[in-house]
Parts: sequence; C-alpha cells; structure tokens
Amino acid sequence: MASETIALSVVNHGARPIGDRLHEWVVTVDHKKLGILYILYALMFLVIGGIEATIMRIQLIVPHNHFVSPEVFNRMFTMHGTTMIFFVVMPFLFGFANYLVPLMIGARDMAFPRLNAFSFWLMALGGFLLYFSFVGGNGLYGAGNAPDVGWWAYAPLTSRAFSPGHSTDYWTLALLVSGFGSIGTAINIIATILCLRCPGMTLGKMPLLAWLNLVMAGMVILAVSPLTAAQMMLSIDRYLGGHFFDTQAGGSATIWMHFFWIFGHPEVYVLVIPAFAFASEIIPVFSRKPIFGYPVMVAATVCIGFVSMSVWAHHMFTIGMNSYANSFFAITTMAVGVPTGIKIFNWIGTMWGGKIEFKTPMLFCIGFLFQFLIAGLTGIMLGTAPFDWQLGGSYFVVAHFHYMIVGGILFALFGAFYYWFPKITGRMLNETLGKLHFWLLLIGFHLTFDVMHIPGLLGMPRRIYTYEPGRGWEVWNLIVTIGTFIQGIAMLLFVANLIFSYWKGLKAGNDPWDAWTLEWSVSSPPPEYNFPRIPVVKSRRPLWDIKHPEDPDWKYE
Amino acid sequence: MKCARHQKVWGRVGGPVAGVFILLAGVLLAGSQCSAASGPAIPSIFKPESTPADSIYSLSVLVLAITGLIFVIVFGLILYAVIKFRRRSDDGPEPPQVYGSNQIEIAWTVIPVLIVLVLFMATARVIHAIQDARKPDGAIEVTVIGHQFWWEIRYPELGVVTANELHVPVSDTSHPTPTFLKLLSADTDHSFWVPRLAGKTDLIPNRVNNMWIDPHETGVYVGQCAQYCGMQHAKMLLRVYVDSREQFEQWVQEEKKSAQSSDSVGEGRRIFETTPCINCHTVSGTVADGRFGPDLTHLMSRDTIASGAAENTPENLKAWIQDPDSVKPGSLMPAMKLNDHDLDALTAYLETLR
Repeated sequence: MASETIALSVVNHGARPIGDRLHEWVVTVDHKKLGILYILYALMFLVIGGIEATIMRIQLIVPHNHFVSPEVFNRMFTMHGTTMIFFVVMPFLFGFANYLVPLMIGARDMAFPRLNAFSFWLMALGGFLLYFSFVGGNGLYGAGNAPDVGWWAYAPLTSRAFSPGHSTDYWTLALLVSGFGSIGTAINIIATILCLRCPGMTLGKMPLLAWLNLVMAGMVILAVSPLTAAQMMLSIDRYLGGHFFDTQAGGSATIWMHFFWIFGHPEVYVLVIPAFAFASEIIPVFSRKPIFGYPVMVAATVCIGFVSMSVWAHHMFTIGMNSYANSFFAITTMAVGVPTGIKIFNWIGTMWGGKIEFKTPMLFCIGFLFQFLIAGLTGIMLGTAPFDWQLGGSYFVVAHFHYMIVGGILFALFGAFYYWFPKITGRMLNETLGKLHFWLLLIGFHLTFDVMHIPGLLGMPRRIYTYEPGRGWEVWNLIVTIGTFIQGIAMLLFVANLIFSYWKGLKAGNDPWDAWTLEWSVSSPPPEYNFPRIPVVKSRRPLWDIKHPEDPDWKYE
Repeated sequence: MKCARHQKVWGRVGGPVAGVFILLAGVLLAGSQCSAASGPAIPSIFKPESTPADSIYSLSVLVLAITGLIFVIVFGLILYAVIKFRRRSDDGPEPPQVYGSNQIEIAWTVIPVLIVLVLFMATARVIHAIQDARKPDGAIEVTVIGHQFWWEIRYPELGVVTANELHVPVSDTSHPTPTFLKLLSADTDHSFWVPRLAGKTDLIPNRVNNMWIDPHETGVYVGQCAQYCGMQHAKMLLRVYVDSREQFEQWVQEEKKSAQSSDSVGEGRRIFETTPCINCHTVSGTVADGRFGPDLTHLMSRDTIASGAAENTPENLKAWIQDPDSVKPGSLMPAMKLNDHDLDALTAYLETLR
C-alpha cells in the first residue's frame, strides 16, 4: 500500500517559475496546502502576539514604569488577546485539522475544497483587518488607533461615546469576517468526517483526532454564531442608531456579556479539544500502547462539548447575578471538570505499562499533561464562585488561562509540530534543538506563569498599565517578565529549527515514529491525491494490524 | 546504542525535575503568605478582615486542600508512570496492548462526581451566606457610583458626599454595624475590589448591585477598580478607612458641614467660582454644584487626589490642576491653563476646604 504511487502527467514542479508556484498556493483548494497556509499564518501572528506580550511585560517589570504610554499598553493587551485566540491558536488548530483529518480517515480531500479555501482567506482577511487598525484606525474624529477595549470589548466602553474613531470597528469587522471562515471550516470538518471515511472505518473506528475535531467543529458552529450576532448588534449601535448595549438609552451592558461569553466559553473548549486530539495520538505511539479507554474518551469529549455550553456565566460571577444563578454556573463549571479529569486519567492509563520513548513530541505531551492538570485545578478554584469574587479579574485568572493556552494547548501544538512535521515536509525536525526548545520553554513558562498566580492572590487586577509600589507585587512581576524572555528565546529556537530542518533535516521516510494511523502509510510528504487506492480498514489502528498480523487489533476491540 | 544512554539520562532527570517543581510550589506558597504578612498595606486575599472575605477565605482553604490533594495524587501517578514505564535499553517487543478497563473508568468517574458534590455544597452555602445576608438595623448605607476614573461616594441617610476614600465604622459581632454598599455606574463598567474586606462586585451602568462589608479591625485597606473601564483604569484606586465608632461619628459630622469661608483666600475662591471648575465640582454652601467630578467640599480631609494617583500635597494639587495628564494621562479633567498667580491663589483656597 505504501510504495504505490500514481504518475502525474504534469511538468516537473521544480522547473516552474516562482510566480507560478506562488500562484498555485494562492489558488489552491488542496487541504494539505491550505493546512500549511493556516499554520504559517498562525506562526507569523504567534511572533507578533509574542512581541505584544513582551512589550506589556517590560512595562510591568517595575511599578510606575514609562516604557509605553497607557494608550499603547491598552492596545497591546487588546491586540495580544484577540490575535492569540483568533489568529494564532484557531488557525493553528484549523491548519492541523485540515491537513490531518482527510489523511487519517482515508479520504482524498475535505468534503468542500473550495469552501475550505474560502474559509482560509476569510480568516486571513480578518487578521489583516485587525492589524490595519494600527494604520487606519484614525476615524473622522482623529481618535483611535488599534482597538484598546480589551479582547472581550465590554459594552458600553465600545459605544461611540467612549470609543470614538474606528479602532473598535476594526475589531468588530475582523472577528465578524473571520467568524464566517471558522464556520465554513467547521461545516467542512463535519461533512468530511461524516461522509468521507474510508470503507471499514465506522465512527467507532476512526482516530480520536477525527472524533475530537468533529466535536470541536460542532461547538464552533454553536459558539461563533452568538459572537457574530453580537458584532452586528454592536455595529448597529455604533452606526445605525441602535441601543442594544447603550446604557444611557436603557440598553444593557450585561446582555453583551452574555452574548460574548456564550461564545467565549465554548471557544476555549474549541481551542483545547484539538490539543487533546494531538495528545491522544502522540501519547499512545510513544508509550507503544493503544489509547486507554477509547470509547470513554469519545464519550467524555462529547460530554464536555455539551456541558461546556452551560457554564458561560462563570466569567460573570461578579456582575451581580443572584445567588441561584451563581450557584447554577458554579455547579456546571465543576461538573465539566469530571469528564475532563477522566481524560487525564486515560492518558495516564495509556502510559501505564508502556515503554515510553522520550522523543520531543512525547516530552511536549507530558508537559501538556502536567500543565493541563494544574490549569484544570485552578479552573476548579475559579469555578467556586465566592473564590472567584476574589480571584476573578485578577492576575490569578491571567495565570490560569495562560497555563491552559500556553502550558496546555501550545505545548500540545509543539508536540504536534515535532510529530507531524516529518509527514508534512519529508524531513525530521532536529531532535537536539527540539529538546533544547522543550526544556527552555518549560523553565521560562513555569517561571512566568507559576509566579503570576501570586500577584492575583495579593490583589493585583488585570489590564492595568502600571501598579502601585508597596502592595507586594513588585518582585513577582519582575520574575514573570524574566521568564518571558526565556520563553522568547525558546520560541526563536523553534523557528530556527523549522527553517534549518526544512532544508537540512534528516529524511523522514513514510513512518519515522512506527505509528499506526493511516497518514503514516503514505509518503512524506504525501502525494497530492493522498492515497492511490482508498484504504480499507478493520480496526482503529490499521497500520498496527499490518505490522502485527499475528496480533491484530480487530480481534480485541 | 546512543538512544539507550539517552533513556537513562531522562530517567535520572525525572527525580530532580520533580524536586524543582515541588520547591517552586513551596516558594510560591511561602511567597504568597510571606508578602501578606510583612505589610498591612498588602491587599492579600489570605488576610481577611471582614466576614465576606473571611467566608471566602475558609472556602478557599477547603478548595485548595481538595485540589492540592488531587494534584499530589495525579502528579504522583504521572511521575511514577514516566519513570517506571520508560523504555529501557532492551529493544524488546511491544508492551501488552491494553485497551481499557470498565471498572477503572467507573471508579475514576464516581470519585470526581462525589468531590464535585462536596465542593458544590460548600460553595452554595457561602454564596447564599454572602449574597442573601439580611441588612441589620445598625447598618451604614453607602451608594458608590463609578466614574471614569474615580469613585463617587454618597451616604444618603447621613447627608455626606465624598470621593475615592470610603470611611466606615469598625463592626464588632456583639453590636454589628456593617456597611451595605449600593453600586452604580455613571459610564462604563467598573468593579469595587478591596481584597481584605470582600470579593469584588461590579458597577454596571443601568444596573444596581449590592455588597456589604463588616470590617473587624480599624485601619486603611487598599483596593482598586477591577474591571477595565478605559485609559486610566489602572489608577482608579480605592482606600477604605475603617474607623472606630467615635472616629467615624466625628468624620461624619465634619463631612456634613458646608465649606467654611475665609477672606484670606477670597481671591482663590473667586477664581474657582468664575472658571469652569464649578461645572464639574461641588463645594457645598457655594455656587459650585457640578456633578461630573468629585465633590471638593472637604478635599483636604482626603489623603490622596486623583483617586489615589497622587498624594494630597499642594505641589501635586497644582500639578493636577495645571495639567491632569501629567499625573493621570487620559483622565477626563481638562487642563485649566491658569497663570501662576491664579494657580497659587486657587490652590490656597482649595487648601482651606477641610
């Protein structure tokens, strides 16, 4: 199966002019090229978002610092949050989903290739619109630049009275446009998984990555719509005389919060579930065992998908809801921790009794496991509403969600990079640089984000461009900033590894990790058509069955 | 083989790595307690001085204990797995391919559900105790109105209006005199957070929120706005002065008085009353009755100006009046652009507003 290819009667690609090759990338509808475009786009914004974070951390290294003005700082935290969520993590995850899902289910492409391309370019336009605000944000009133309303853009701060100019409008439009792209990709993922699985691959036999992206896609469709509606209502308020959120005219500030967080909470599960997917593929391969409890992992994820739609107001515990509402959201928030914990136990169960190989993908996944555990526990703390009345809106929360997104999601993403880069490019990422990247990032991450919990416990709110001396916050802020630089070096090492290995990395071959899912059965990189013959599978690990004909999975599953 | 040596190295590293993390955790815990203990001005949530903050503290101890236990157990399992089940130098066959275990899955579902139930019951109890507390007869009532970027404070029953620095009487359990605050906003969202006295509650325009505090110890408690409200959110600071009963009564009596007049500052007063100052500020007993900015009747009774952004000294007052952006860039008070003589006279007048 692996060595067959189909001869393509086209001109030798290497001889074509650069203009033609770039054009091919611009007009491509191939899921692999679009996946790579998403990933490269996200990488670029990761660096930009990281610079925004570094600017903030330098400003906060000592109290009453003057590195940047309050205007610039407030734009930085708004842009950093918006960029990282919508133009880094989401495109990374959509990129990997795009690349991997068809390959892992034995399909030739996504169900709707042109919708796929359209969705990517919408997301790209969104990113461009957001950043154009730096240049074009000056509106009729000469005020405004990049948006500075926070990434949740609470009303009525976003009304024309408090945010003149067009900076808020760039925020609104960027998210509106990229939101349609997200929905397009989600529809594509669902249709692909439901309709294009190869023969023999029932829903119960497809890789966990496919299952988790299916749940993620369903959540995107449910969650992005309220955000899109809210953006439209905000624009109507700002330009068409609406008063949805205009409290001076009887509108409601809290209704914006509900709309935003009904999006915002499922959104963070949209971000973390594909990270679970990476861990669920990588940990088994490097433990040399199948995932422990596949049906329970599926059930737990679906459960998370549903329950997480009911927890949104835990972001609003302080707005003055009555005690019954607060209690409801507290229990749903704690409840969603149960299926999440089950997944952690199942990953441990996968490693248990295995023969663990500490290659770089596995190192990152172990880091993910450890950090996701801690982030989940601080999440439980925040879910106990009265505790949140102290911790919410403080640096404790900032530490918690960065622990999730950087310590959890980004670590799993790096695991995915090191694991699938060989498949995508045909070359291995350098293992020594990879280990250096991991350890440096681990140290920098913990220095920054472990310590960051403390100022929150000592009363430091978030989104402040400076702080008062004498409140006990100074030394912790200093350490947090130092960790930022260590993380920055680690990221640069990673980028260097990517570039170096793309040209000079060891040749990977089809299956460098001795893995078991269908993408490892084709060449690295795969041919444009993925599979010369659509595979037929009998179990969850088709390559295990081929490599171990005496002991195939389908006898035991 | 090269990879065999690698495996041994990582195995040996596992122990020290765990040690480093435990040390880090210890440092963090010690750090949070340490800083809290070393200064009264440190707004640590672990040094509560009022019943809502106390209840939250007790709940937090339970939550930290439970999550700490979970962490120790699960991290212990991860560490054990990573060390015990690492591939050793034997290139041997694949390990037993175990697909799962229903009994284990049930066990590690049921136990977390029980933990959630316990946690929830403790949580719901504290939620109700704080939010549904009855207001006793001796309660002080305060209305706090959030502005960009200062706090308007009114005591409707006592006839007192001030700004930024809240005075409340200490409350003892035998004769409770808690302070019940009604929270409103004149513009965007804000949040009232003084960690040692209570959790935070937001001030949301077109909405009335409520909270209460009953401080047990006299002293000054610091806090600040905890919901991003615009450019100077960072300097919308809060000070709560918990006075003894006598001090509080005295303070109320002083605050109720109108501004005392003095001819020596007549020129400054004339400048104040004939410039735009009176459009925003109130000085009771005079023609100044503006409501956009803080009430200045007893400006000199406050330790800070600009909602805590600067100490209340004549130099700072002058700098603030001449150019508020030099103290708090983006605050809504315009630069008054007075000449030096007028500025000195005006400041001398303001200095008499005790």
